[in-house]
Amino acid sequence: MSIKVTNLTKYYGNYLAVDDISFEAKKGEILGFLGPNGAGKSTTMKIITTYLPPTSGSVEVDGFDVEDKSLEVRKKLGYLPELNPLYYDMIVTDYLEFIAKLDGVPRGEIKKRRDDMIRVCGLESVKHKDIGTLSKGFKQRVGLAQAMINNPDVLILDEPTSGLDPNQIIEIRNLIKKLGKEKTVILSTHILSEVTATCNRVIIINKGKIVADGTPQELQSKSKGQSIVTLEVKNNCDKNALLGSLKEIRSVNKVDFVKDTGDSFIFNIYGNHGIDLREVISGKVMLNKAIVLSMQAKQSSLEDIFRELTK
Amino acid sequence: MNTQNIKTIFSKELKSYFNSPIAYIVMIVFMAISGFLFSMSFFQINIASMREFFGSFFIQLVLFVVFIPAITMRTFSEEKKQGTLELLLTKPVTDIELILGKYLSALTLIVITLSPTVLYFIIIKMIGPIAFWPFVTSLVGYILMSAFFIGIGIFVSSLTENQIIAFIISVLISLFFFLLGKLLIVFPVSVVSIFEYITTDYHLSNISRGVIDTRVLIYYFSMIFFTLFLTKVSLESRKW
Repeated sequence: MSIKVTNLTKYYGNYLAVDDISFEAKKGEILGFLGPNGAGKSTTMKIITTYLPPTSGSVEVDGFDVEDKSLEVRKKLGYLPELNPLYYDMIVTDYLEFIAKLDGVPRGEIKKRRDDMIRVCGLESVKHKDIGTLSKGFKQRVGLAQAMINNPDVLILDEPTSGLDPNQIIEIRNLIKKLGKEKTVILSTHILSEVTATCNRVIIINKGKIVADGTPQELQSKSKGQSIVTLEVKNNCDKNALLGSLKEIRSVNKVDFVKDTGDSFIFNIYGNHGIDLREVISGKVMLNKAIVLSMQAKQSSLEDIFRELTK
Repeated sequence: MNTQNIKTIFSKELKSYFNSPIAYIVMIVFMAISGFLFSMSFFQINIASMREFFGSFFIQLVLFVVFIPAITMRTFSEEKKQGTLELLLTKPVTDIELILGKYLSALTLIVITLSPTVLYFIIIKMIGPIAFWPFVTSLVGYILMSAFFIGIGIFVSSLTENQIIAFIISVLISLFFFLLGKLLIVFPVSVVSIFEYITTDYHLSNISRGVIDTRVLIYYFSMIFFTLFLTKVSLESRKW
């Protein structure tokens, strides 16, 4: 078990930032921390990385307690803090060597690790530049290189893809996925598609509490959300009669008339979660002698679940 | 304690002093002022001694009360502001190693700044008789004084994210310790001996006579230890 968080609680003064959370993360897991701003994601990460002590509860990394065996824990960790702090007056290669030395990388391997990270993170073209002059995307990559330079068992990444362009985001996600096979990765994010794209497990935190824990697929199926069908029919039919007969369908909860586009009517039909309404709907439409122009079914997405859980 | 970590922090800090203008400004201005004062006393008073030089109120004021706070002001405040302190404190490095690495690099910069005085000594030596020990002890006294004021500067820097505030507060604290000695004459005799012991000036003037007694060393080392201890407490305050 790589990371074991047990009944973790953290107060800042009187403010409760993390409220009695427990979870575990294994090797090979990429765990996504999802939650609105101020939910306690960064605080949890700061505690796992030994920067802040818990108010109560315990955190173990590879069996070492973050308070009693702080230095041991730090040796196992790679950490990319929120906002990616860097020394802007250092050049990239010097910075990575400095970090490698602090991380206790053996003397003979420092240059090799540095060059590996430059290659893996695509820093070849900027390696002799001052960090302060780099673009945000390159700075983010330097931050990631810094976190991984000691080849840690556990990677804690606080918003790893913030400030990157779409191409870089995909590169970094692929990198994280590759690393995730042999390490434990915890990453926090606001971007919901990132979780579906990268993580094999999601923990949603709200107001310091865990409100959901599972694979992205599990969360979607557990959701209390509903299925929505958007129906567009030609306007040569009786709108009210169609509306009436759609409402008669048993598993339909609600039918909204959205608009009259001039040559078609658009309806939103809401049904229970997990039921595909399209077949019955097309039957009803035919009974009303209307002509279907389009019909789309939507299951509730991670966005819906997120909104539902963190309202 | 891992000396390798101290060394890593030390050389990174020293490099960053020389990457910024601050080290050059301090060294050049100190050399200009000290060179001027040295030649003034040397040619005008016509005595082969460095007593006037080391005893100069002006040079002490500039070095201990202005230059040292200027060197130390960013030590921790900048790390706090940029968030790099979180980065350092989540590496396998203890607070003490971090503080000592930074402290020793600032002290080294001051020793480098003071090194031209050796040249002045050699010049006088070539021309006239000059006592060796008072020069050495005066230099040691200056280094001990610097070591104390650097401790104050680093501690104050750990209290705030703003280096300008760090500078102003350490100037004020340093000025207090520095001027207290100069103002001793206005205090009643009964309290003078107490104040005397906590002022840096009293110890410095004792040292420059060519004698380093253990009381002086105890004074400086305990003050240095105290400031470093306060810095450690201040870094740990994030955990409260």
